[in-house]
Amino acid sequence: MGEIRLEKVHKAFGSTVVIPEIDLEIADNEFVVFVGPSGCGKSTLLRLIAGLEDTTSGRILIDGEDMTARSPAKRGLSMVFQSYALYPHMSVYKNIAFPLKMAGADKAAIDEKVRNAARILNLTDYLDRRPGQLSGGQRQRVAIGRAIVREPKAFLFDEPLSNLDAALRGSMRLEISELHHQLNTTMIYVTHDQVEAMTMADKIVVLNAGRIEQVGSPLELYRSPRNLFVAGFIGSPRMNLVQGIEAEKMGAATIGVRPEHLQLSTESGHWKGRVGVAEHLGSDTFLHVDIDGIGQLTARADGEFALRHGETVYLTPSPERLHRFDDAGNALS
Amino acid sequence: MARAVSTRTRLTFTVIGWLVGFVIFFPILWTVLTSFKSEGAAIATPPQFLFFEWTAENYVEVNSRSDYLKHFMNSVVISLGSTLLGLLIAIPAAWAMAFAPTKRTKDVLLWMLSTKMLPAVGVLVPIYLLFRDAGLLDTRIGLVLVLTMANLPIIVWMLYTYFREIPGDILEAARMDGASLAKEIIYVLTPMAVPGIASTLLLNIILAWNEAFWTLNLTAAKAAPLTAFIASYSSPEGLFWAKLSAASTLAIAPILIMGWFSQRQLVRGLTFGAVK
Repeated sequence: MGEIRLEKVHKAFGSTVVIPEIDLEIADNEFVVFVGPSGCGKSTLLRLIAGLEDTTSGRILIDGEDMTARSPAKRGLSMVFQSYALYPHMSVYKNIAFPLKMAGADKAAIDEKVRNAARILNLTDYLDRRPGQLSGGQRQRVAIGRAIVREPKAFLFDEPLSNLDAALRGSMRLEISELHHQLNTTMIYVTHDQVEAMTMADKIVVLNAGRIEQVGSPLELYRSPRNLFVAGFIGSPRMNLVQGIEAEKMGAATIGVRPEHLQLSTESGHWKGRVGVAEHLGSDTFLHVDIDGIGQLTARADGEFALRHGETVYLTPSPERLHRFDDAGNALS
Repeated sequence: MARAVSTRTRLTFTVIGWLVGFVIFFPILWTVLTSFKSEGAAIATPPQFLFFEWTAENYVEVNSRSDYLKHFMNSVVISLGSTLLGLLIAIPAAWAMAFAPTKRTKDVLLWMLSTKMLPAVGVLVPIYLLFRDAGLLDTRIGLVLVLTMANLPIIVWMLYTYFREIPGDILEAARMDGASLAKEIIYVLTPMAVPGIASTLLLNIILAWNEAFWTLNLTAAKAAPLTAFIASYSSPEGLFWAKLSAASTLAIAPILIMGWFSQRQLVRGLTFGAVK
């Protein structure tokens, strides 16, 4: 079991409030991603759950039990750190065995669990090496191995992939998702990368300035962002946001349309503009189009779409995919 | 890009380096040479550098007049004892300052260091009276205590600097892995800080070994270390340079040998964090 509930959790460092007040429920076996820009409090929230920071007020319940005052080790959680936080003076074997040794497990049990974790993570050949002799991806796997052997109620990941290069990040993302299916354990994952959030999560928690902006499945957040912040944060490239007369015409203070929901034409359409920069990704082409009175909008075209800098193009937003927001930035139904 | 250095510049700097090294080492060399001279040759003008009649009589004389081994053992007990006791107190203190700092941590560190700026003689009378009343005068334990106190600020500062280089994440990982505070310090922090702790240990053994103010003022015969052994060869019957040099050579030889064998560790520890 690994059900986590936050009740009115508040955190302040002196007079600086980091988390004003948060209520959140995380179901057993769920893969939850905390996402938000730097300094939004997502790591602090994770550390509060881990017990590495004390809450200023509020309660943290794990499987219905109040853990707010418990030490990190007694919460039954494992954490994987951004820096891997491996013990550099210990071999891979000893690193993975460390939590079991601390729990007083006997040697045979330790050996079995360490070898099992090493097998799952393809680390069997590296058990005698020191962390310094491993690549970034291998180090990350050792950190995960150390987390696995404790058989925790939930795994906590604090931006675990941000020190890896892009290619490795992609494959590790997949490995962590597979591990989730294999272990069937609650996972809480912190990232500032919305692509990681969208691809891995069962549920995304979007945080901004210590507040939860929206909680939902990746597609819910993509289809129905509750406010301008979520609309701008989820989706890549970002949603186009238009204010002024064009928005007022549609009965909103701001309208939003994603690049993939703008129809392109060289003959006619809703907005007429000129092609600025065209980014060719092979499968897609992203066009940055300058439109008089609106500014620059990004539109997605297929990879073969060939228009040159300065040429005229017409953009038409799909009406059913148009997002409307009021003065306060909240979505209009 | 590596900076290009011409052979001539390299040669000049090498020569300057050797010269500076020689100037620093010269007093020790001169002491050793003098210890092998007769008293007459020791005060001869112009001074005789290498061409004199070599003799070991000063060593024989010094050993027959005083018990070198007793002083040596006192030095060992006092320097090792004060350093180990200092480490025992300083490791938790430096841990607290490095990993659980408060707004006042820097002030506390500076305040501790400021005690080293006070001339030791300023507190001689109160310490002497306290030692007299506590029956600690001329005891090894008394000197261990006073040298621990004298060197503690340096030990804490050095360890604090080394500990600060250790990522806090690793200690947090140990906490998540179920390590108590004691186990965190024993299994994770201390092994990671071994180079730093070793150089602190070595430096403090050297400082305590060479300490002369307290060891001369708080001891008479029983607990007197090698510094008192050297001092006993100065003044009263006039200056006997050759014997004084023999005593000095005997006193500094152990620490010089230890320093020679541990120089790699010392340099590594003292530059810990500066070069990664």
